Amino acid sequence: MKKTLSIIITVIIAVAAITACGSSDKTAESTTGSSDNQLYVYNWGEYIDPEVITMFEEETGINVVYDEYETNEIMYPKVAAGASRYDCICPSDYMIRKMIQNDLLQPLDWSRLPNATANIGKTYMEQSETFDPGNKYSIPYCWGTVGILYNTTMVDEPVDSWNILWDPKYKDNILMQDSVRDAFMIPLIMNGDSVNTTDPDELNDALLKLEEQKPLVQAYVIDEVRDKMISGESALGVIFSGEALYTAEENENLDYAIPKEGTNVWIDSWVIPKNAEHVDNAYTFLNYLARAEIAKMNFDYIYYPTPNTAAWELLDDDMKYNPIAFPDLTQYDNLQTYTYLGEDMDKTYDNLWIKLKSY
Amino acid sequence: MIRTKKIRNLFATPYLSWAIIFIIVPLVMVIWYGFTDSDGALTFANIASIARPEFMKSLGLSLLLSLISTVLCLIIAYPLCMILTEKKAGKAGVVILLFILPMWMNTLLRTMAWQTILEKTGILNIFLNFIHLPSIYIINKPQAIIIGMVYNFLPYMVLPLYTALSRIDDNVINAARDLGANKFQTFLHVTLPLSIPGIISGITMVFIPALTTFVLSQMLGGNKILLIGNIIEQEFTQAYDWHLGSGLSIILMVFIIINMVVEAAFDKSDEQ
Repeated sequence: MKKTLSIIITVIIAVAAITACGSSDKTAESTTGSSDNQLYVYNWGEYIDPEVITMFEEETGINVVYDEYETNEIMYPKVAAGASRYDCICPSDYMIRKMIQNDLLQPLDWSRLPNATANIGKTYMEQSETFDPGNKYSIPYCWGTVGILYNTTMVDEPVDSWNILWDPKYKDNILMQDSVRDAFMIPLIMNGDSVNTTDPDELNDALLKLEEQKPLVQAYVIDEVRDKMISGESALGVIFSGEALYTAEENENLDYAIPKEGTNVWIDSWVIPKNAEHVDNAYTFLNYLARAEIAKMNFDYIYYPTPNTAAWELLDDDMKYNPIAFPDLTQYDNLQTYTYLGEDMDKTYDNLWIKLKSY
Repeated sequence: MIRTKKIRNLFATPYLSWAIIFIIVPLVMVIWYGFTDSDGALTFANIASIARPEFMKSLGLSLLLSLISTVLCLIIAYPLCMILTEKKAGKAGVVILLFILPMWMNTLLRTMAWQTILEKTGILNIFLNFIHLPSIYIINKPQAIIIGMVYNFLPYMVLPLYTALSRIDDNVINAARDLGANKFQTFLHVTLPLSIPGIISGITMVFIPALTTFVLSQMLGGNKILLIGNIIEQEFTQAYDWHLGSGLSIILMVFIIINMVVEAAFDKSDEQ
């Protein structure tokens, strides 16, 4: 009797706890549709002016729950597993392709995004078509290049080539990106290969090159690159162009170069996942972000080049024609954009990554 | 009688349900994922993948680093605890408190502090340069991870050791001295054997978290040094391969179980 009783109680508590977990999960991500006036945003770290969110909340009364990730690869499993339901996410080009292919996104109704339709530059929409044909799923948010940030007091020679990252002189003074596609992009470009190669030999050559470089590398980091460069902890760092403007402001000895061999040009765009609960709020938010003054506010804070031409018009001439913020891409001939390579290649890349890290 | 038992069972249910939901169920899931492939078919491939050279290397490095950290913790903690047991209760309490105090702070914060200390332009090097010594560079190297491990896990060695040592009856030691043993002999034949239970549980409590850590190696290793914990973390968060991640976790569990069996064996011999 007592045994059955305790078992029954245990089961009841267990079930209650599990359902409670389930429902609290949902309150965290909300079940009741848009009536509860929430918006779950999942964005890159340091990728929005927090003031913009506050202003949006004040204007619309929508409560924004804001989460951040460091790489596309960290973001994807969370969204794919459906464990957390976000209403808008801001992945990069190749990851958007992957999400489209795996049916995780919903097509956009552009008539509900008048600001975006009017303000986003045509060239950027065209460039988006490489990963989102017909611009069905994504609204460009930021774009940029990948290059080398260097400290002019620690590097005497001109920086114009990726080769400097293999110079033994700078041992323990090199920061690499801790993200597999960005790390492999560099040797692939140096070898004259496509950054989207699936050829095992080309990838293996790239791996060998990175293994050769590893003893010289101080650390593989992402967001820390800027802090470490600002504090003078490292002489050279691979970084996205947006960070370069910010760091140059904090430490005047820092300069940014796009290597002559070419590099990756990327676009990060907003998407609405298929399982979003607050679609209306997502549209309101994305349309709000595309307002010229809001996009300019964001640019002034995060310094990542905006594809919002109306916002660009509002900038000072200094900034408008700043070669780091808005480089004239026509002068570089080997600019490549990542595409999604399929699940098998994901695995190959993961294995290459582990091989490099344990080398 | 029945009534009290009933009540006892009632009080046991909170923990019992806790254990089922957060220990048993996840464990079953890990084993389930570990022995199946993505189609749900039974496979040993996830377990066997530990034979891959890069995984073996990480496992070996994890074992080596946690072994070194455990030995260092023991070497630091043992003399300290010996001194403490000889002190008066009040004084010893203060020193023990000083050891436990950092544990109230978040591990991540403490590890970040070590980052700032060990960096090239960090506090340690500023100090070394100030007294005209050459700077040292150990951040992002295995040495930094060992420092992090020793610092974070030392209290887990001190506490069981101190308990074991302070439980030794003074009369036993006095008897040994009375019967002609010198200080060293007393230590070797009386104090050391009596403190073995403390040593064993201290080793377990340091070795297991050191073996499974991935945060320390990430933060102090600059993402350059891959321990087995990092590989498992990567399989779950980035590669999205829960089967492989679980398979490797099972391998790690084997080491933990071996450790616990050894501890249990010592406990038993101690009782006899």
